[in-house]
Amino acid sequence: MENLTQENKNIRINIEDLNVYYGQKKALNAINMEIKENEITAFIGPSGCGKSTLLKCLNRMNDLVPDFNMSGKITLDGEDINKKYNINDLRKKVGMVFQKPNPFEMSIYDNIAFGPRVTGIKNKDELDKIVEESLKAASIWNDVKDNLKKSALALSGGQQQRLCIARAIAVKPEVLLMDEPTSALDPISTEAIERLCEELKEKYTIVIVTHNMQQAKRIADKTAFFYIGELVEFGETHDIFKNPKEKATHRYVKGKFG
Amino acid sequence: MSKSVILRSLVYLATGLTFFSLIGIVLYVLIGGIPYLSPELFSWNYNSENVSLMPSLVNTFLTVILSLVISVPIGILAAVFLIEYADLGVAAKSKIVRCFVSVIRIAADTLAGIPSIVYGLFGMLIFVTFFHWGYSLLAGGLTMAIMTLPVIQRTTEEALISVPMNYREGAFALGAGKLRTVTHVVLPTAIPGILSGVILAIGRVVGETAALIFTAGTVAQIPTSVFDSSRTLSVHMYNLSVEGLHTHEAMATGVVLLIVVVIINWLSELVANKIRPVK
Ligand SMILES: Nc1ncnc2c1ncn2[C@@H]1O[C@H](COP(=O)(O)OP(=O)(O)OP(=O)(O)O)[C@@H](O)[C@H]1O
Ligand SMILES: [Mg+2]
Repeated sequence: MENLTQENKNIRINIEDLNVYYGQKKALNAINMEIKENEITAFIGPSGCGKSTLLKCLNRMNDLVPDFNMSGKITLDGEDINKKYNINDLRKKVGMVFQKPNPFEMSIYDNIAFGPRVTGIKNKDELDKIVEESLKAASIWNDVKDNLKKSALALSGGQQQRLCIARAIAVKPEVLLMDEPTSALDPISTEAIERLCEELKEKYTIVIVTHNMQQAKRIADKTAFFYIGELVEFGETHDIFKNPKEKATHRYVKGKFG
Repeated sequence: MSKSVILRSLVYLATGLTFFSLIGIVLYVLIGGIPYLSPELFSWNYNSENVSLMPSLVNTFLTVILSLVISVPIGILAAVFLIEYADLGVAAKSKIVRCFVSVIRIAADTLAGIPSIVYGLFGMLIFVTFFHWGYSLLAGGLTMAIMTLPVIQRTTEEALISVPMNYREGAFALGAGKLRTVTHVVLPTAIPGILSGVILAIGRVVGETAALIFTAGTVAQIPTSVFDSSRTLSVHMYNLSVEGLHTHEAMATGVVLLIVVVIINWLSELVANKIRPVK
């Protein structure tokens, strides 16, 4: 029964024959994959293999790169993200947390309220409620509830990252993309964020890039292994780490290279 | 002597020189000027007896305000276009835009390097003569606006460049459009830098003489309209000195000028702290 519901999870994101170029350089080659809702999907692979590139395709962050080009199709709920969606609406649905915490030079409150204000919410009570909910969801409410007017830059790195997660959540996205969200953090903050991811997956679809194999093992339902622009292997995290089909995957997860 | 000792003494020497020349100038002006600060110097109407600096003081403020009202918005908008739209926007892909942008940059850099007397002559030919405005507050203010435009624009550009890229990415990732990202995230972060440009521009206007003599003229009266000639403090000081009859009063005017500059810097600092998001 358990297995059946697993399989019945909806496909949120579908990537078909995706090729990505930066100028002449091919960064991703013929990627095909499906990302399901209420799951954590991890991207692993050696540096420069294209994990961030793929992630940034999903919310069209790459559109900012002048010589970026792609072919193929990415759909969110069956609709082509490059055609059917207005770019800003897409990004409201597909939130992103960056490798380096990037709170704005504003108060904690204004950081969180930034996204909702973009969507047109002006009502003070409504904003207060969203700020509180988001900070609670990112388990940082207790750290900051008395200092909402304080600058977000005064927080520690781990707190800043959780603030950024709260900021992303405040827009009520459906998909959350995280690019090595814990790589700059200490073990305690890392653990807090991992626990957070597991809570959040009940409501969101989560894609996380990580260099930390243990992290992928701990929290990911599915894992995708990339190598020099190719998706080498994609499947249940358990299988990827215990019974990888490809030699390269095997060597990477065993720590032989990368 | 080791290398670090030499280096260290050079650094101390440079610091000392900077410090003592500043102190030297300030003391010289204060000692020479303060004894001659008399009430007559501040009477509302100038005549050759009291050589009042009051009209010039008022004119200085008027000129500064008039020129900044024009150069600050245009300079900031130009910088925003150049950095946020031309360099970082989709427009960056277009050859024509890039060409256009480099022409603007060369023009701005050239403008910034032109001696002020050239602005004065330009202002005189265009505003005073061609537009028939005569020597006037308006001609002076516009000339100062043109002169300070590249200062504002370049410092704003620097300030925008120093806003981390990931602030913009963060805002875009939340679904904010370009305009909102610029007005709500980038510009507020850049305010301290922009303000330093504004202070620099104010300093230029307050200290200007040559360009203003040719455009705003030297009438030491508070203007009743923008078409009246208006002498600023620096021009006033210059006039008193060249006439040679009121060098002491020129010194006293210098004291006032110094105080004005200090107050402006202090005010700008205050404003910067007020509008800066949060520290
Ligand atoms: N903006 C860009 N312009 C040009 N090339 C880029 C750009 N971004 C990435 N690349 C190239 O694309 C390839 C994939 O980069 P990407 O950042 O996706 O790797 P990654 O797997 O995320 O690596 P890491 O683990 O180090 O973050 C790299 O070879 C990189 O040099
Ligand atoms: Mg990366």
